[in-house]
Order: sequence, then structure tokens, then C-alpha cells
Amino acid sequence: MNLESFLLMRHEIMLTLALLIILIAELSTENKKGIINLSIILLFVVTVVGFLPTPEGSLFGDMYRTSHLTVLMKNILNIGTLILFFQVAEWIKKPEYHNKVSEFYLLIISTLIGMNFMISSGHFLMFYLGLELATIPIAALAAYDRMKNISAEAGIKLILSSALSSGILLYGLSMLYGTIGSLYFTDMSVAFMNTPLQILGFIFFFAGMGFKISLVPFHLWTADVYEGAPINVASYLSVISKGAAVFIFTIILYTVFHSIAPMWKNLMYVIAIMTMTIGNLFALRQKNLKRFLAFSSIAQAGFILLGIIDGSALGMTSIIYFVLIYIFTNLGAFGVVSAISVATGKENMDDYDGLYHTNPKLSLLMMLSLFSLAGIPPVAGFFGKFFLFTAAAHSGYYWLVFIAVINATISLYYYLLVVKAMFINKNEMPIAYFKSGLTTKIGLLMCVAGIFAIGLMSPIYEFIRMFSIGM
Amino acid sequence: MDFLTLFVVVPVLTIIAIVFTKDQKQTRLISAIGMGVQLLLAIALVFMYLAERKAGNTSEMLFSHSYVWFESLNIHYNIGVDGISVAMIMLTGIVVFTGIFASWTVDFLPKEFFISLIFLATGVFGFFISIDLFTMFLFYEVAVIPMYLLIGIWGTGPKEYSAMKLTLMLMGASALLLVGILGIYFNSNAGGGALTFNILEIAKVKIPMEAQRMFFPMTFIGFGVLGALFPFHTWSPDGHASAPTAVSMLHAGVLMKLGGYGAFRVAIFLLPGAAQEMSWFFLILTGISVVYGAFGAIFQKDLKYINAYSSVSHCGLVLFAILMLNKTALNGAVLQMISHGLMTALFFALIGMIYGRTHTRMINQLGGLMKVMPVLAVSYVIAGLASLGLPGLSGFVAEMTIFFGAFQHPDLFHRILTITAAASIVITAVYILRVVGKILYGPIENEQFLKLNDARWYERISTGVLIIAIAGIGIAPLWLSDMINDSLNPIVHQLMQVLIK
Repeated sequence: MNLESFLLMRHEIMLTLALLIILIAELSTENKKGIINLSIILLFVVTVVGFLPTPEGSLFGDMYRTSHLTVLMKNILNIGTLILFFQVAEWIKKPEYHNKVSEFYLLIISTLIGMNFMISSGHFLMFYLGLELATIPIAALAAYDRMKNISAEAGIKLILSSALSSGILLYGLSMLYGTIGSLYFTDMSVAFMNTPLQILGFIFFFAGMGFKISLVPFHLWTADVYEGAPINVASYLSVISKGAAVFIFTIILYTVFHSIAPMWKNLMYVIAIMTMTIGNLFALRQKNLKRFLAFSSIAQAGFILLGIIDGSALGMTSIIYFVLIYIFTNLGAFGVVSAISVATGKENMDDYDGLYHTNPKLSLLMMLSLFSLAGIPPVAGFFGKFFLFTAAAHSGYYWLVFIAVINATISLYYYLLVVKAMFINKNEMPIAYFKSGLTTKIGLLMCVAGIFAIGLMSPIYEFIRMFSIGM
Repeated sequence: MDFLTLFVVVPVLTIIAIVFTKDQKQTRLISAIGMGVQLLLAIALVFMYLAERKAGNTSEMLFSHSYVWFESLNIHYNIGVDGISVAMIMLTGIVVFTGIFASWTVDFLPKEFFISLIFLATGVFGFFISIDLFTMFLFYEVAVIPMYLLIGIWGTGPKEYSAMKLTLMLMGASALLLVGILGIYFNSNAGGGALTFNILEIAKVKIPMEAQRMFFPMTFIGFGVLGALFPFHTWSPDGHASAPTAVSMLHAGVLMKLGGYGAFRVAIFLLPGAAQEMSWFFLILTGISVVYGAFGAIFQKDLKYINAYSSVSHCGLVLFAILMLNKTALNGAVLQMISHGLMTALFFALIGMIYGRTHTRMINQLGGLMKVMPVLAVSYVIAGLASLGLPGLSGFVAEMTIFFGAFQHPDLFHRILTITAAASIVITAVYILRVVGKILYGPIENEQFLKLNDARWYERISTGVLIIAIAGIGIAPLWLSDMINDSLNPIVHQLMQVLIK
């Protein structure tokens, strides 16, 4: 290995270094605040360095590939995690977490490394390794509030269901390997013959990925895990983890399985409709905001499929663009829920009654995020959704678009319920005014900036478009 | 910066200024100044437009500018105006300006109220200056969403229900619209060119008939819901009745016109083939809107509901006229939009003022207001007369033109519909005269009313401006209808081309 190959793996190496530094710091100091700040700084550096221009190429006999596209995806994930680190700081300073502060950061960064490897993989084994590295630490994170039964339960549920899904996925891969004789993406895309066994293998792979992205009917773990896990972990699961899975899923569908595109498009059509509709219908009646956001994130995943189904560069652009917007938007919503939960411990929709009169800024941010999730202009979510719909219409799926927009309208209903609670409902005892710390403020302000800027600024879209690939 | 973008920039700047105001007085002053500037801009635009036309500029859209936005999708921020949009911008300017004065006394969260109101206005202005489908759709949604907060927070009665119903129905309509727009976009390269959202470019292309048949109903219904097309009008009475005064004014006066304007600018103009084929079906629906709205108004007891149903009837007439697909009727449709916009804004303003004094909107609890508040009462009579189409006021000009145009169709189907719709004028007279007679001239129902005062200065500004505009159009309609007429040529040309083939 020469120096140049190190450069190709820059993201992973930087993250690993960050991980080691935090580990050493943990061993050598008792200053927890220092570790929190150190983690933020390290990730900030990693994020910035990630944007430096990088060559394209592959390593380890094409097991690992890097291209402008993968670098872009990794950068997006880094930005999201950075925002999350800002939002987490105040929560993790609570005394009950005193003895496990650095574990949080270590686990998060491990999963990020896993996701980076997963996105860069050129071989299914590498992909699988990355996937597992991205999943197992999250189960530990979900059980971070170990003393609370519900959190421990969430951890167990997550580990069991992801073990099951990984098993299914691996079984599918073994079928593909058995019939093709190779797990390299390039070999497989050529040798894929549409035999029944291969198609079965593909379906198993699809189901495994469905678990990760929480597509219906593989979504059943989502709400329970989100509710039980600490809010910030749930928000990480819902944006970063899901975003990474969507990225690699799209790449694999476009590059490896393009020869059976008509088949997976049909599958996608049905699953997209189910995911949007069922996610929405369940979200309608949720009172707990974490469960509410869980179902809303299931529905959002359904919208993302509208981009995948197109199969062209237009589709991939709209997916990446949407995920980028979704990261800022959902972190905004989760950030508010988290800030309020840290300050008051309240997480139910009824508790938010009359919030605007006591905490106007938080309410406005929440409203912006919800409008962005619902796809209302001029905030970014509108552009994200519009381009996803454009992508689906590009392939002539007009009825799918129609169903999706109707679903967007249904989702507007439940997002408006929260707006109604904050702005319209009367409450004798609203959540009292409280001040958030500096880091929380930065984390939330980044979201506001993203929610406003990303949609209106077309250069970002064009930038993504430059690197996107189609089938 | 170009002149037209000012119509979006001024409201946005006003909003930013409002954020920094300290109390209600400053807030409403800033709002009034901002929207006053906007009104002056609109008046200036009318004169500039007429001057350009006089100077012999014959291009379809004047003052047009195009800035590339999303390059790879060929989305532009593309603006320009013709006579119709100029007239609509003028209407919006007047209604928003008077709306600010009609809500002079809002004291619950005034900052948020005026911000939402002006944000809504931004959407409307943006919609009327856009000639790019994407921007148009964006502004359409910008105009709809503040309604939720405006009705939900400052409304009366079952406000939460009405606000939710209105928002969801209009957003549901935009679902159809979105699919329609995307369908038009992906068929805009039928002539071999690039895909485009630009209305003028698309108009040059002949979109395949199958696509037209699929997307015409979507676009027409999508806009039609906003124009209270039967059976999708149900959001309108509830929404109007629950909304605060200025919002009812803006909504019935301007927002519903987005529906009519979009219906011919997008649905008819870009999909003329399907429009010719399918107009009969939608004519029946709009015919029902017209008659049903009028009958609905007869049976209501709440002043706002009466007016809301009458809006359904009048806006139905707009769509009805548009579907007649000839120049005279289209001209009448635009005139009707403007006339109804002004007159209904006046109505809602007056109802708001009466309600603010008497705390009731029920006709059976009101009476003899003419003796107590003559200025308001006379204004109400004027609005009523305009509504039932008295010559000399704007309503007459508009309705005459519409029925004149509609009667140009020689076949039985159109004749019957036209006669039925024209009959609704009689019904309008019934409910208007009944209300006027009862609440203004009858005996004073309540001793308390004797202590009430007449219109204050800000209310006089509000009603005065609207009455001047209504009478102005009624007395001198020709300059307006000429301005509209020229701009109708491209649309009529599109429709004729289909027939020739």
C-alpha cells in the first residue's frame, strides 16, 4: 500500500483516528466535558477534510471503491452526524450518563465507519461487513438508557430484528454466490441470468435492506425502537442510518441488479405505496412524539422509493438531494423534541399545547421542520419532494406520483396537529420557558439554515447532479 | 432587479420589518405602509403596461425576465405579465391594502397575524407574475398554507375544523395539480425541443391528445377546487365563515381567483384539445356550482355563510365562463373575477365591521342598522347591488359579458346551461334584498345597538377604496376589458387551432 491508497480511504481513516483519539482521551482524563467538546471538534475536522478534493479509484482488488459519488454521500452523513453531536451535548451531560459519555461517541463513530465502508463497497462481503458494523453498535446505543426497561427492550428488539434481517440478507447473498460464483459487483452485474434462484436471492437481499430502511412490511421494529431508545439515538437511526442504507441500496440496485430493473420496479411500486400509506395511517393517531416521528419517517422512506424507481441519474440526484434535506429537517424536528425532553422530560403531543406562547423560537423551528417534512414551500422539503415526484413522473409513474401526493396531504394533517397544539390549543400549564445551551442552539441553527437554504439554492442540486449515475 | 420581482420583494421586506416592531401600533403601521407601496406599484404597473401597449409592444408577456434556477431540469424563475395578470395584480393590491385596514384592531398576536397575512399575499402576487409552472405551483402553495394559521388562531366558531378542512382540501387539490404539471412538463418536448416548465414555450408545442385527456381533468380540477368547483366547494363556506375578516376578504377576493386564473392560464391554454373535448362535463359541474351556491345562500342565516355561498355561485360563474371557450366569455370571466374580488372583499369587510360592533352575524338578531351606522349600511347596499348585477357597478359589466359570450354557442346544451346560470341572478337578488331589507331597514332589534358608532377612519379607508374601484369598473369598463381582450388572443388562438384541425 502506498500513500495514494491511503488517500482513497481518507474518510474511514480519519474517522478511525478520531475514534482512537477519543478512546485515549477517555482513558487519560476524567473531564467529561472535554470529551464532548473533543468529539465535536474531531468530527468537525473530519467533515471539513472530507470536502477536500479526492481522486477516484479502488483498493483491495476492487473490494473497496471510492468515487465522487461515494465521497459526496459520506460527506452528507458526516454533516448530519456533526449536527447531531451538537444537539446531543446537553443531553449527555446529565448526571446519569456520567460514566458512559465517551461510549456514546465511540459507538456512533463506529457505526459511521461502518456506513462509510458499506457505501464504498465493491464486493458483497465488504458491504456486509460495513452493514454489520453500522448496525450492531446502534443496538447498544438504543439500550443506552439501560436502567429504563423500555430502552433495554428497544436494544433487544433492534438487535433481534436486525440479526434476523441480516440473516435473510446473507442467505440471499449465498444464493447469488452459489449461482454466479462471485460476489464482486462488477462480476455479478454481468453474470446475472434471471434464474429463479437468483431472483429469490435478490428478493431476500431486498427484504434485508427493507428492514434497514424500514419499508413496509419490514417496518414493525421501528416505532418500538424509536420510542424506547434515547431521542438522539432515534434521530440518528432515522436520518443517518436510514440515509446510508438508502444510498447503498440505490447504488446496488442501479449497478448490480440493473438487468432485472423491470422486476424490482414493480416490487418497488407496490412497496412504495404500502410504505407511504401505512406509515401515514399509523402516524395519524400517535400521541407520543417519538412514535409519531417514527411513523412519519417510515412514510418518508416510502417517498424516497419514488426516486429509486426512476432508475436514471435524475432519480439518484433527487434521492441524494432529498436525503440531504431530510437530514436537516428531521434533525430539526428531533432536535426540538430532544431539547424539550432534556429540559422538562415531556414527550407527548398534549404537552406541547400552547408552547408558542412560552417558547416561540422552538415552536417556530418545529413548525418549519414539520412543514419541510410535509413538503410546503418555501422550505427545503418542498423541493426535495417535488424532485422525487419529478423523477417518478419521468418514468411515467403518474399514478404513483398521484398516490404519493395524496399521501403527502394526509401527512400534512398529522404534522398540522402538532402545529395546532403549539399555536392554537389553549393550555393552563404550558411548558415553561427554558433556555437551551450553546451547543444545542448551534445544532438547531444549523438545521434552520439547512431548511431554508438547501431548497432555494439550486447549485447544491446541480452539484449532486454532476456526480449522480443512472442505470 | 427587474420591476416585477418587486411585487415579491416588497412583501418580504415588509415581513422582515414587522419582525422588528415592538407593539401592535407599529406593526399595523408598517404593514399599511408596505402594502400601500405595493398598491402604488400595482397602479404604476397598470400605467406602465398601458403605455407599453400604446407604444406598440405586441409581445405576449411584458416586462418579462428569466433567471435560471435549476438548470438541469430547465426550471427558471420566469416572470412576465399580460393584461390579465396586470388586472389581477391590481385587484390583489387593492384587496390586501384594504384588508390591512380592515384588521386594524387585531390585538391578539398582531405581529404573527400581519406576517401570515402578508406572507399569503406574497404567494398570490408571485403566482400572478409567474410564467413558469414550477414557480407558479410554488407560489400557489405558499399562498395556501398561511390560511391554516390565520383561520386556526384568529378565526371564530369551529375554526380548527374549518382551517384543517380548508387546508387539506386545497392541498389535496394541489396533488392533482402537481401530477398535471409534471405531465405537461414531460410532454413539453413533443415538438422535439427540451423539456420546459415555461408556459409560453409549452403553448407552442402540441401535446399529444392522450396526454391532454389525462392531464386536463387533473389540472382543471386542481385549480377548480380553489375556484369552488362543485362538488369540491365544501371547504369554502366553512373556511370563509370561520376566518377573521381580512382573511375572508383575501381568500374570497383573491385566493379563489387563483383557481380561475390558473384554470385558463394552464389548463385551457396548454391543453386546448382536451378542453374542447371535455368542457361539457365540467360545464355541468360549474352550472351546478352557480345554481347550488345561489340556493345555498338563500337558506343561510349567518351573514358570512350567505356571502360564502354567494362566492361559490359567483366563482362558479367564472369557471363556467372560462369553459365557454370563446373570447367574449373569457373576457367576462376575468371581469367577473375582478368584480367579484372587489365586491366580496367589501362584503366581508363590512360583515367584519358589523360583527365587531354587534357581536352577532345572525340576520334575525340584526335590524335597523341604517339608522345607527349609515356609512356602513350604505356601503353594504352598494356591495349588494354590485353583487346582483346592477348597471353602473362592476357586477353588471361582468355578468353581461359572460352571458353574452355564453349565448354565442348556438346548440341546445349550451343554451340551456346559460339560461339556467343566468337565472341564478334572480336568486341572487332574492337573498341580497332579503338581507339588506332585514338587517339595514327593519326595526332595531336590540336596544344596545343604538349606542354603536359608525365607521372609523381606518374602516372608511377600507370600504372607500373598494367602493371607488367597484364603481370605477362599473362606469368605465372599457379600458379594463380592452386591456384584457388583447391578452386573450393567444388563448383563443390556441383553442381555434384545435377546432380547425
